[in-house]
Amino acid sequence: MNTGQGRNILFSGVGGQGVLLISELVARTAIRAGFDAKKTEVHGAAQRGGSVVSHVRYAPKVYSPLIPAGEADILVSLEKLEGLRWAHYVRAGGTITLNTEERVPASIDGKPVEYPKEIAPFLAGKGFIVRSIDAQAIAIELGNYRAANIVLLGTIADETGIHKDAWTDTMKATLPSRFIDLNLAAFERGMEAAAGPVPARGAGATR
Amino acid sequence: MSVDHSPQFFSGNEAIARGAWEAGIHVAAGYPGTPSTEIIENLARYPDVNVEWSTNEKVAFDVAYGASIAGGRALVAMKHVGVNVALDSIMVTAFSGVRGGFVIITADDPGMHSSQNEQDNRCLAKFAKIPMLEPSDSEEARRFTKLAFDISEQFDIPVFLRTTTRTSHSKSLVTPGEQVRNAPKGYRPEPSKHVVPIYGKRWRKNIDDRLAKLEEFAETFPANVVELNSDKLGIITSGISYQYVKEVFPEASVLKLGMIYPLPRKMIRDFCAGVETITVVEELEPFFEEHLRIFGVTNRSGKPVIVGKEKVPSMFELSPDVLRRSLLDEPSPPVFSPEISIPVRPPVLCPGCPHSGVYFALHKLKAVVTGDIGCYTLGALPPFSAIDTTFCMGAGIGNAFGMEKVHGETMQKKLVAVIGDSTFLHSGIAPLIDIVFNKGVTTIVLMDNSTTGMTGHQQHPGMGKTIRDEKTYAIDYEQLLRAIGVRHIDVVDPYDLVGTEAALKDAMSSEEPAVVISRRACVLLEEERAKHHTPYEVLADLCEECDLCLKIGCPALDGSQAVPEISKERCIGCDLCAKLCHFGAIVPVNGGAQ
Repeated sequence: MNTGQGRNILFSGVGGQGVLLISELVARTAIRAGFDAKKTEVHGAAQRGGSVVSHVRYAPKVYSPLIPAGEADILVSLEKLEGLRWAHYVRAGGTITLNTEERVPASIDGKPVEYPKEIAPFLAGKGFIVRSIDAQAIAIELGNYRAANIVLLGTIADETGIHKDAWTDTMKATLPSRFIDLNLAAFERGMEAAAGPVPARGAGATR
Repeated sequence: MSVDHSPQFFSGNEAIARGAWEAGIHVAAGYPGTPSTEIIENLARYPDVNVEWSTNEKVAFDVAYGASIAGGRALVAMKHVGVNVALDSIMVTAFSGVRGGFVIITADDPGMHSSQNEQDNRCLAKFAKIPMLEPSDSEEARRFTKLAFDISEQFDIPVFLRTTTRTSHSKSLVTPGEQVRNAPKGYRPEPSKHVVPIYGKRWRKNIDDRLAKLEEFAETFPANVVELNSDKLGIITSGISYQYVKEVFPEASVLKLGMIYPLPRKMIRDFCAGVETITVVEELEPFFEEHLRIFGVTNRSGKPVIVGKEKVPSMFELSPDVLRRSLLDEPSPPVFSPEISIPVRPPVLCPGCPHSGVYFALHKLKAVVTGDIGCYTLGALPPFSAIDTTFCMGAGIGNAFGMEKVHGETMQKKLVAVIGDSTFLHSGIAPLIDIVFNKGVTTIVLMDNSTTGMTGHQQHPGMGKTIRDEKTYAIDYEQLLRAIGVRHIDVVDPYDLVGTEAALKDAMSSEEPAVVISRRACVLLEEERAKHHTPYEVLADLCEECDLCLKIGCPALDGSQAVPEISKERCIGCDLCAKLCHFGAIVPVNGGAQ
């Protein structure tokens, strides 16, 4: 059993973006590293383009699969507005990785929807360490925009306290072999993107 | 099948399937419904189990129960509201008992994540006089499923296993065990037990005697666990709430109930008598709390003081946050929405969804539309705003006919009931027969997208394949409709907007019941995804910014700028938006060249 310090990691995005795949990879990697782990999310209606959130917790022993608000160490959002929606789950000084992709939600009352501006600076101003990544651009560069979620996963690898080998082993064991090179490359690029100039707390947001 | 004993990271539903397989189950049946669907899907992966998607939950129950009284171990799985559909069959089984172990899974949905209502099916255990177990994580889901089969056979009664969305759809570590493989018991006719309307009276007392024995059994049942800690606070709980209690009150003594009906009266009384504050933490109804009050429990000082639903909410899900707020009076966690607007993100029909074509037409025709349960309920949202009602599976057709009866000619030509193919087969045929029988004229749109869409593409009797994709007879809807007396039948492709509107108009003005079959496969089906699609784009110099294209409600079309923009990644090239454009401004990317 791993008696090291665990993490609470929240993943958010829009149905169909691949939120559930990367939260699964985190939980499996944590188990590979010897932790107890739990993961929870909701299936069904939320997947039809709605807001999706997945909670992953690992530690020597995990009880509630739901992360209490204000206790997530890390939030990764595959869509920017969804990052804002769940940011209050992150602890003071925690890390938020935002994909720069914007998807304007459908209107529920027929009126035009105003997409909030300046999300990253707003969150940085709240004391979170905010990182904005154009994961889709990196994934397209690698040849498949669908790997954007794995790029984002790579950005948090260094903060999970889990050795890189456990990550690559989990991906090799879990992902379809025909996409493994693409995904390993995407993960690597995510790690590199995060290793760049570290954004200071309250600064460094790119947009 | 090889037995792998290494720990597995399973959802509660996967673990139930595993537990049932380990218990040597012979037959499993169900109808898809979130959060229960993956139980049957996972059981279908064990080749030595006879598994089916049934037409509806009552059929599923009857099939599985037939297997049980014939001597096999059987399981039926459904969501909380599915149990309502099967309830007629369930209620009688306390009389008639089982032969092979029989387990009924009820997957409740506190918080209504994917359901029309919130209901606490623990109440149904008491109502039907059937015992119920409730696991708190995936390992318990596996273990309790096996225990449920044993209890079922020991006490000659079906056993409910209750999950909630959070236990069904959370993953945690499971240690798989060996399979107990027994041949089904031989069939033995027992009409004095199984012809209930004639012989039921003689079994009536037996039901109460058996419940008394089960209560006795619960006192020492190893899944009811006392964890002694501080004597200041004692918490009685079960299921996922137990995990929240452990997180928020690590110092408390806990009575964790694995069997939640009938309850171990003595065990509960003794536990309460050892602590100063008795607190009941349960989602939804005050089910335990009411029992505690009837049992007359008292605390260490002999006082009958129970902290329960006056503090712990009786609606929606609990969570560590909710327990801190309600029991520790901690403030709500801060949210940012007062400082920055966070628009809600409703679920939407997919890019290229065939239902869009139908709803576009119904909106245009200003029809009064009664809806039903499925993805297509989303037609109620803008820009279509095309659905007036949606209640539960199969309700829409009867609802429309009732409206017609009240308002007669002023309304009958405006009424349309929309229903998906799987829902129609589940419970839409009987109300349609009723319309024909009673001389109604209501129009029905059968939205045939060749799958059970909402729950993730489960096979149904209209598809020509079973749960394991074996070829089988596919319902011929036109023949079926003719056989029940529908003569006005039209089949349209919902991508043909003009044809769809014309067919609907024709059907609505018809003097007899009319069915329009809107036939096109769900775009998320693998066969459909595999097809090559050329995405479309908006040519800015031709666009007149009239926004008519946005009326098709496509999420690949971003209308937040003056000139709408199509996401090349998400557009599937259905061309519905292009059909709406009067200016030829929406065209295939690169003129369709590949």
